[in-house]
This record gives sequence, C-alpha cells and structure tokens, in this order.
Amino acid sequence: MERTSSLSLFDGLKEKISFYKGSSRLVNAMLVWSVPIILMLTWIYFSETGQLNKLFPKPQELVSTTLRFIKDGTLAANLEISIARAAGGLAIGGTVGFLLGMFTGLYHSADQVLNTPIQMIKSVPRLAILPLILVWFGIGETSKVVLIALSTFFPIYLNTFHGIRSIDRGLIEMGRVYGLSSWDMFRHIIFPGAVSSIMIGVRQSIGGTWLILIVAETVAAKSGIGFMATNAREYMMMDVIVLSMILYALLGSISDLAAVALTKRLLRWNPAYRD
Amino acid sequence: MAGYNICVRHLEKYFGAVHVLRNINLDIPAGEFVALVGKSGCGKSTLLRLISSLESPTSGDILINGEQTGTIDGNVRVLFQDARLLPWKTVLDNVVLGSAERDREKALQALRDVDLQGKENAWPSDLSGGQRQRVALARALVGTPKVLLLDEPLSALDALTRLNMQQLIEKLWKEWNFTVILVTHDVSEAVNLADRVILLEDGNITLDTKVELARPRIKNTDAAYYEQLILAHIMKSGENREAAEEYAI
Repeated sequence: MERTSSLSLFDGLKEKISFYKGSSRLVNAMLVWSVPIILMLTWIYFSETGQLNKLFPKPQELVSTTLRFIKDGTLAANLEISIARAAGGLAIGGTVGFLLGMFTGLYHSADQVLNTPIQMIKSVPRLAILPLILVWFGIGETSKVVLIALSTFFPIYLNTFHGIRSIDRGLIEMGRVYGLSSWDMFRHIIFPGAVSSIMIGVRQSIGGTWLILIVAETVAAKSGIGFMATNAREYMMMDVIVLSMILYALLGSISDLAAVALTKRLLRWNPAYRD
Repeated sequence: MAGYNICVRHLEKYFGAVHVLRNINLDIPAGEFVALVGKSGCGKSTLLRLISSLESPTSGDILINGEQTGTIDGNVRVLFQDARLLPWKTVLDNVVLGSAERDREKALQALRDVDLQGKENAWPSDLSGGQRQRVALARALVGTPKVLLLDEPLSALDALTRLNMQQLIEKLWKEWNFTVILVTHDVSEAVNLADRVILLEDGNITLDTKVELARPRIKNTDAAYYEQLILAHIMKSGENREAAEEYAI
C-alpha cells in the first residue's frame, strides 16, 4: 500500500517535470537573452523620450546608417578588406606555425635549434613590434598581414608542437609493429593524434586575429572596419562607431563558432566532443 | 598455413647495467602454443619484445623460420596489454591498418572471426575493454601472421571476458595453426591454453614443461597438477632466494 502510493507520487512528479520540459526551453532562452533585451529596451525608452545626448546614437539612426552603408556598398567593401586581412594573416601565420611545430615536434635537433629564438620572439608583446613592422612594411596591406601572421603563429606553433609530443608512445610502437611507412605513420597516427591540440591553437589564433586586426586598422589604414570606426570618431558619428563594434563582435563570434564546429567534426571520435 | 618455428640462441639482454636475460636458449616448433610465465620483472616481456624486433638483443641470435630477425616482420604480430587502437579511426579502419594491402574485405572477415560483425563503424571509445582487445586481435590476424606474440593481452579484462577471450584465442589458433607465445603471470591461464609452459626467473629459464592435457581443457585434477607443479617451482625458488639472502646477512 505504502509502496504504490509512493510510486504514484513519483509518477505524478515525472509528469510534472515533463510538463515543464516543453516550456523550459522558452524559460532558458528568456534567461539567456534577458540582459541584452533589458538594455535594448532601456536604450529605446531613453531615445523615445528624448533623453539621449550626442554621445549616444539613436536606435533608428543606427538602423538607417546600417541600411545606407549596405546600399552604397561601404559596409561590404570594408568587411571584405577586413576579412581578407584576417584570413590572409591567419593562413600565413597558421601554416608557418603548423609546419614549424611539426618540424620541432618530430625532430629533437630542430627543437634544440629553434626553441630559443622562438621563445625569445614570443616574449615580445605583439603590439610592441608594431612600430618596427610599420617602418619595415609601410602602412599598406603587407604590414597588417605580417602583424596578424605573427600573432597567429605562436598559438598554432606551440599547440602543434605540444600535440605531437604528447602522442601516446604505445600507438607509435603499434605502428612500428605493423610496419607503417613514415608517411603512413604521420597520416594515420601522428597528425590525427595532434589534431585536438592543434585545434585549440587555431581557436586561440582566431581570437587573437581580430584583436590585432582592430589595432592594425585603427593605427594605420585607409579601409576596413577599424578604419571605419576611427574615421567616424573624427566626425562624432556615434552610430558608425557602434556599428563597427557590432561588426567586430559578429565576425569574432561567427569565426569562433566555425572553429568549434570544425573541431567537433574532426574530433567526433572523442566522446568529450559529442553532443 | 602452418606457423613458423622460432629458435633462440645464447640470447643476452642488458638495460644499462641490469642483466635482464641471461643466456636464453629456446626451440619452439611451428604451430606450438607456448606460455611464458614468471613474476613481473623476470624478463618475459623483454624476451617477447626481442622476438618481435621491438628491441634488439645485446648478444645472441633469434631465428624465425630459419631467418635472423632484426627488422619488423609482417609475419610476426604482437598483441599488447592495452588494445592500442587508433581512437580516431572506426573499428573497421583500425583493422584495415593490419593488412599490408589495406584490404577491406579481409578486414571484414577478420572482424567476423572475432565475432564483432555489426561493430565495423563504431568508434573504439564506444567499445568495452574485451571488445577493444578483440578488435586488436582482428587487426593482428588480418595479415595472416605466422607468429602471434601475446604480451599479457588479457590481464586487464574481467574474469568472464577473459575466459571468453581465452576460448577465442584457442579457437583461432586451432584454425590458423600459427605459433603463439603468450606472456602471462596467470599460471592457470597458461595451463589452460598452452602446449608448453616456460618459467622465467631473473632472466633464466628455470622450468620448461609440456602440458599433456586433451583439448578442450577443463579444470580437473590433471590441470591442477600442472598448476601446482609450476606454482611450487615459483614458490620454492623464491624461498631459496630468501634463504640465500638471510644467509648472506
């Protein structure tokens, strides 16, 4: 008797939980977005009641400027050049970092020779090298790409090196027993074994790319989102400054999401990366 | 499809100053199932690694099928204590790696041989310890080896899975007739599986006995006799050494 009643109580509880489950998604979404929504509403309220001074753009100004920039192609042109700089720098820095990381990871003597100079350069803050790069490469595209390449190099280099060094020795021995050639060993064991570590480096590099890009475009550029923001500051165009910030945030989030998706795809064998 | 015979002559192995194997001489006929037992650190795994050419001897010779070993040989396969599957490859791709010509059909057949059909596309991380070890066994078998070296492949498994694996290994050995050397510290496992049990102590062979029991083997007084024989040998020499140490003091 006692048992059945406690059982039905349990069932009732389960029903209740499943009833809430449907709406819990909505509740979750509301919690996640509550702060931005409240800020937006406050902003609109102050704007509608005419309490915003010149330091704050009005919401409708932001919208109309965005639409105008989309129509006249300013937005597309600046986005394109910024993305091209980021992608170019990331590709160059990432490739060099990956190859050097592989090299020093696989060959001990390469590590001995290259480790000291790489660590020395690494300890110089990236932005402290900026004046040197500006003098050497001018304020054209080269300097920006070089600066980004330099900053993306280190995370990918270090993580590739670490990834290779931390591969399970037992797997390499297994490869030897099965008579794998050096290329097969690399393709089947060493590279896949290092991928999870390399992807951590790629994600760090992508984060660093946008950071350095902003600085590079703010200091010396005639195009790009950073230039758009700096230029707008001169004319107190607050809506353009805010728009630039939003664009950077979007670019950062989208590229990070892409990196996470790629990581999940590459590491789908690992239970830790499965949904 | 018989196995290869193995011949070990005056084998010595030092790791630095440590004398691991002392003048080992051993003849294993083709197709024999040999168990190598001994306490940990007695050199049994080292002997296996020398036969598989994963290490090279300090002096002495190892001949497999009459040929001097030295380089890794496709006819000799090793099963380690851990399965050593590549976690980023599916079960089937792991097994394919064991075939020199990367033959998927053979790999599928090998998976059927170890009763793992239906698991081809699973990731190793989704398998149990026993299943992983069976995949490793399939990978070793796909290249139709003549010699199978087993380095305590069952010691990490639970008792029931271990019995299953023992039966599977025995079944495959009968079918394929390759030469097997099983390293184990489990005396009853050795008696249950092997034609011949070799006891290694401090780098010396101190017992080499045939196990004259009919297969399939069951746990009876005859099996107990062999277990007792080997265990008594291990315990006695242990006592002797202790006595010698006491004497030295």
